[in-house]
Amino acid sequence: MKKRSRKTYWIGFGIIVALLAMAPLVLPEFWRRFLTEILIWGLLAMSSDLLIGYTGMISFGHSAFFGLGLYGAAAALLTVNPPNLWLTIGCGLIGAAGVALFVAYFSTRLRDIYFAITTLIFSQIFYVIIFTWTDVTGGENGLTFRRPALSIPWIYSAPFTNETLHWFVLAVVTASYLILRRITQSPFGMVLQSIRENEGRTRAIGYPVERYKVVAVMLSGVFAGLAGVLYAIQNRFAAPDFVYFLVSGETVIFNVMGGIGTLVGPIVGAGFFLLLREAFSRFFTEYYLIPVGIIFIAMVIFMPQGLVGFARSWLNR
Amino acid sequence: MDAAVEILAAIPYDQIVIQTVNGIVTGMILALVASGLTLIFGIMDVVNFAHGELFMLGAYIGVVMLAATGSFWLALFCATLVVALLGAALQIVTLRPLLGRDPLTTILATFGISLVLQNYALWQFGPVARKIQEPFTGRFQLFYLEYPWYRLAIAGLSALIIGAFWLFLKYGTWGIWIRATTQDRVMAQAMGIPVPWVHTAVFAIGAGMAACSGVLFGPLVGVNHAMGLDWVLKAFIVVVVGGMGNLGGSIAAAIFISLLESYASIWVSPAQAVIVSFVVLILTLLIRPTGLFVPTSK
Repeated sequence: MKKRSRKTYWIGFGIIVALLAMAPLVLPEFWRRFLTEILIWGLLAMSSDLLIGYTGMISFGHSAFFGLGLYGAAAALLTVNPPNLWLTIGCGLIGAAGVALFVAYFSTRLRDIYFAITTLIFSQIFYVIIFTWTDVTGGENGLTFRRPALSIPWIYSAPFTNETLHWFVLAVVTASYLILRRITQSPFGMVLQSIRENEGRTRAIGYPVERYKVVAVMLSGVFAGLAGVLYAIQNRFAAPDFVYFLVSGETVIFNVMGGIGTLVGPIVGAGFFLLLREAFSRFFTEYYLIPVGIIFIAMVIFMPQGLVGFARSWLNR
Repeated sequence: MDAAVEILAAIPYDQIVIQTVNGIVTGMILALVASGLTLIFGIMDVVNFAHGELFMLGAYIGVVMLAATGSFWLALFCATLVVALLGAALQIVTLRPLLGRDPLTTILATFGISLVLQNYALWQFGPVARKIQEPFTGRFQLFYLEYPWYRLAIAGLSALIIGAFWLFLKYGTWGIWIRATTQDRVMAQAMGIPVPWVHTAVFAIGAGMAACSGVLFGPLVGVNHAMGLDWVLKAFIVVVVGGMGNLGGSIAAAIFISLLESYASIWVSPAQAVIVSFVVLILTLLIRPTGLFVPTSK
C-alpha cells in the first residue's frame, strides 16, 4: 500500500511537471507569463510554508527575503557586464541569506504572535531602508536592468526566450520543491514538526529548539530569495513595493488559500489567488481585493485546511 | 572645555522643545490607538490587523459627517459611534466563529478585513487625500513657530478619553466584566458574565477609540486610504514595547516612542525617523521580550 501510493505520487508529480513544461508551447503569451508568475509566487509561498505549515511560525516578513533576493540580483545584474545568470542567483541568495540570518537571530526568540509582529516590523525596516536610500536602490522608482543570458558555464549560453525562461523557472521551482520536500521528511523536518506540535516537549527531549528555528527561518529565507531572483530575471525591474509588507501578507494568503503544511498547497493557493485577481480585475478593476479579501476571510473561517487540504479530506472520505 | 561649550551651543534647544511638544501630541494619539489594540489583544487574544483601517475609516466618516453637519464635535461623535458599531458587527461575523481556535487564525482574519476595508475606502473616497477642518484655529507663539492650540487640545482630549476609559474599566459594570474576562475567561463565564458579548463590546470599544483618534488626527495630516498602515505598525510596536495587554505600559510606550521619533526627526527625515522606533523594538525584544514597561515579577 505504502509503496503503491508512493508510485502514484511520483506519476502524478511527473504528469503535472510535464503539463507545466508543455504549457508555453500551447498557451498564448499572456497566459504563459501568468503561469510563470504563478510558479514564482508559488515558490515564495512554498518557502514560507516551511515556517507556517511545518514549524508553526507565521512569518509576516517574507517580503524582506523576497525583496533582498530581488535587489541582490539587481545589484549583480547592474554591476557586472555582461550580466551573468549564476552570479545573479548567487548575489540574490547571499542577500536573502544575510537578511534571513539577521531576522532569524532576533525573531526566533519569540513565539506565536510576537514572531509574526517582529518579522512584519523587520520587513518594514528593510522597506524603509530601500525606500529612502535612493542613491543605491533608486528609491521609489526602483531599478531596471537587463536580463542575463541562460548559460551553463563554459558549455552553453543563449539569451532567454519566453519558453526557455519558463522552463528555467519551472526547473528551479521543481528542484526547490523536491529539496523542500526532502527537508520536511528528513529528521530535521521531523524536529521542526515536533516544535510545531509541542515546543516545550521538544525542548525537554533535548533538542536545541532555537537553533532549529534559526535554521528553519534561514532556509525559508533563502528559498524566498530565490523566488526574488527569479522575479528579477522575469520582470527586469526591482521596486520597493516588493519589500512592502503587503507582499508578505499575500504570501500568507497563498498559504492559507492553498493549504498549509502541504508544500504543493501554497503553489495552488498562489495560482488560485492570481486567478481570482485576474477574474475580479475585470469587474472591480484595482479594487479586486474587496471580493478576494472576503473570500479569504470566508476560507479562514470555513476552510482552514485550504484547497489542497480540503481536496485531500474530500478524496479520502 | 571649548569642545564641550561648542557641543552645548550646537544643541538646538528651541527645536528640542518644539519636538517634545510634537512628540507628546502624537504620543497621546498613538496611545489612544494602541490602548484599543492592547485591550483587544489582552482580552481576546486577537491581534487586530484591521485596527489601522478602523482608524482610517473613522477619519473618513469624520470627513463625511463634517461636510454633512458642519460640526466637528458631532462628526467626532458620529464617527466613533459608527465605527464602534461596525467593529461589533465585524467581531460577530468574523471573529466569533474563530473563538477557541489558534490565535494565529485571528491574525489572518483581521488581515483580510484590513484589505477589504482599505480597498473599500479607496473605492469609495478615491486616492486623493481629504482634509478635516480643525474646530478652532487659534495659535500661540512657540519660538519661531505659530503653534496651533488644536494640537495641544487633542493631546488633552486623548488623555481625557483614556482616563474616562480607565475609570470605566475600574468602576463600570461592563468594565468589571471586561477585567474579569481578561483574568479568567472560563471562570467569568461560569459566574454568568456574557463572555461572547464582552468580547464584542471590547472590540467595539477598541474600534471606537481608533476611529476617535482618526478624526482627532485628521486635521494634522490629510486623510487617505493608506494612513491606517503606518498607524497599525506603530501601534504594534507600542503594544509590544509596552507589553501586550498592558494598558499603562502601552500609554507610556506610545509617548516614549513618539518622543524618540520626534527628536530623531530633528536630524533625519521623518521617513527615516521611523527606524528609531524599529530599533527600540529590537532592543526591547533583546533585553525584555515581555515589554519594557511591565513591572518585573518577583
